[in-house]
Amino acid sequence: MYGTGIFKGLVVTMTNFVLPSRQFNVVQYPDKKASPLDLAKEQDRNVLSFMVTNPVKTIRSLVGLESISQKMPQHPRFRGEEFVWYDNRCTGCASCAKYCPLGIIKIITDTSGVNLQEGQSYDIDTFDIDIGRCMFCGLCVEACPYDALHMGSGFEEGTYKRSDLVIDMEKLKKADKKPSTWFRPQLTDQDHDPIKGSSATWKQVGRHEKPTLKEQQDRWVNR
Amino acid sequence: MIDISGIIDFRNFYEIYRDILTYLGFSEGAYWMSFLASAITFSFVVINVMILSTAFYTWFERRALARFHARTGPNRHGPFGILQPFADVIKLILKEDTIPDEADRPVFTLAPIALLAPTLLIAAVIPLSEDSFLGSLNIGVLFIVGVTSVNSIAIFMAGWGSRNKYAILGAMRGAAMLISYEIPMALGITGVLLISGSLALTEIVKTQTVWFIFVMPIGFFVFMAAATAEMSRTPFDQIEAESELGSGYNTEYSGIKFAILFLAEFMAPIITAAIVTTLFLGGTSGFDVIPGQIWFIIKMMIVIFVLLWFRATWPRLRIDQIMGFAWKALFSLGLFNIFLIALEYLVLTNGGGRLTKTDMLIMGGVNWVVGIIIIAIIMNIFGRKQLSRPDPIPSPLANMGIRGE
Repeated sequence: MYGTGIFKGLVVTMTNFVLPSRQFNVVQYPDKKASPLDLAKEQDRNVLSFMVTNPVKTIRSLVGLESISQKMPQHPRFRGEEFVWYDNRCTGCASCAKYCPLGIIKIITDTSGVNLQEGQSYDIDTFDIDIGRCMFCGLCVEACPYDALHMGSGFEEGTYKRSDLVIDMEKLKKADKKPSTWFRPQLTDQDHDPIKGSSATWKQVGRHEKPTLKEQQDRWVNR
Repeated sequence: MIDISGIIDFRNFYEIYRDILTYLGFSEGAYWMSFLASAITFSFVVINVMILSTAFYTWFERRALARFHARTGPNRHGPFGILQPFADVIKLILKEDTIPDEADRPVFTLAPIALLAPTLLIAAVIPLSEDSFLGSLNIGVLFIVGVTSVNSIAIFMAGWGSRNKYAILGAMRGAAMLISYEIPMALGITGVLLISGSLALTEIVKTQTVWFIFVMPIGFFVFMAAATAEMSRTPFDQIEAESELGSGYNTEYSGIKFAILFLAEFMAPIITAAIVTTLFLGGTSGFDVIPGQIWFIIKMMIVIFVLLWFRATWPRLRIDQIMGFAWKALFSLGLFNIFLIALEYLVLTNGGGRLTKTDMLIMGGVNWVVGIIIIAIIMNIFGRKQLSRPDPIPSPLANMGIRGE
């Protein structure tokens, strides 16, 4: 019998429409239906105090109208935007700018009298990264001799203008220090998770421990 | 029973304004002003009601279609995304309204209006009560068939005026398809006219002691298929085949013109549902507790949902399949339907008079059996005909080494 496929198809779509179990297989940004417990947990509060202070939200969540927006699960080693820059470690050597394949890092330096542990550092006047053209290869991070620059892990940095995508020094200084664990696997051992939002100091992130006086003497004097 | 039929009549508007004018001290010579005022009020009401309902219909369509496809659909603006149409409209209005350099400017500009106007015109004659908005038009069916055929011109204007290859391709397809499907649509309606004996929509509603969908399933099938093609929705959306023509006749449109084109396109299912309800589903008839207008809207919603269901399920047909379906299947089915109805009418009434309720029930029983058999036969005829392809010629290199010695 020809033509029955038409009606079979109609049955399939109607099953999709009627049965709740067939629904929502494709969800890009899932909104999780939230109970009062979830809402309180989101705000780091006790359930009872949350229910007392937010009666409307509590009722809405009990009816099923409140929801928490979830992000996709993402690996902490993801190389993303929001570069992390430890400005007190940066000497202004411009290794990152030299190694960048696209030439999108701009550094202008000036002389200063400050000594870092292994040499002298420059005063940095400009440090711009144009992430609009960045391909997130991470070569700048690998090149940095002082471990001052690290990749972040964000990926939703939509702006209205291309010029807004240039991260300047002020933005880099203000930004949260949440480096991706891509180039520093030791961070995973220290329970650092850039997505959940623990910030890391340079001591956690850096490759080198600062040598003690004894180590320096062993290395340079008592050899 | 609440009766709101008085509100939706042109003559009532006219009388109210005439009374006001008389009260203000105008003589009979100034009654044209009341005519004008009532026309303006009436068109304001119709246009706004239709635009608002279309806005909410777009939201419903997107949500329901998403559910059919196991997706979510728009859910960000307002509860369940109900404010999405307003966001869309604001976005479309704020967009730049571009006209291509080499476009035929007057034609390009007039096309959206020409597409929207017939749809709104039909809304005026739909009988929501004893009368329609325009009063009981005694050639309502003729009006509908005539006015709907304007949209093929409008689509061709849009495609021609854009001076774009894809647009003109879509418009050519549209012209061919829409004109072909007008004939089955008229044939489907003819069965209704044979029984009711009148071209007035109100009269057709009154004669439906048994709904015509039960009396003539073949006619209903033909009309529904043709109407789906007329509003160029998914099984028949050759006009704007997104995957082939890049949106077809509206390729070059943007901004407010595109908004009007889409308004017309989304208004079409509502109007079609209203026509189907009037002709085949008994119009305003129903149980007495609920007013007739509500019955009408419920039936319309069911028809809209069924059309949406078809849209969600069936893929787009090829152009030759579409034309073949119109001229081979629907045309012959329509003629057969007229023949069947006329024959039964002659037999049951002895060549004159009206059909009683029992007559209609007998006709329905016969027609359903005949209809199912005939449609199954046609499906088999169409299904057997495979697309003939040449047998693949094996490459001379394919079997080298196995046979070659």
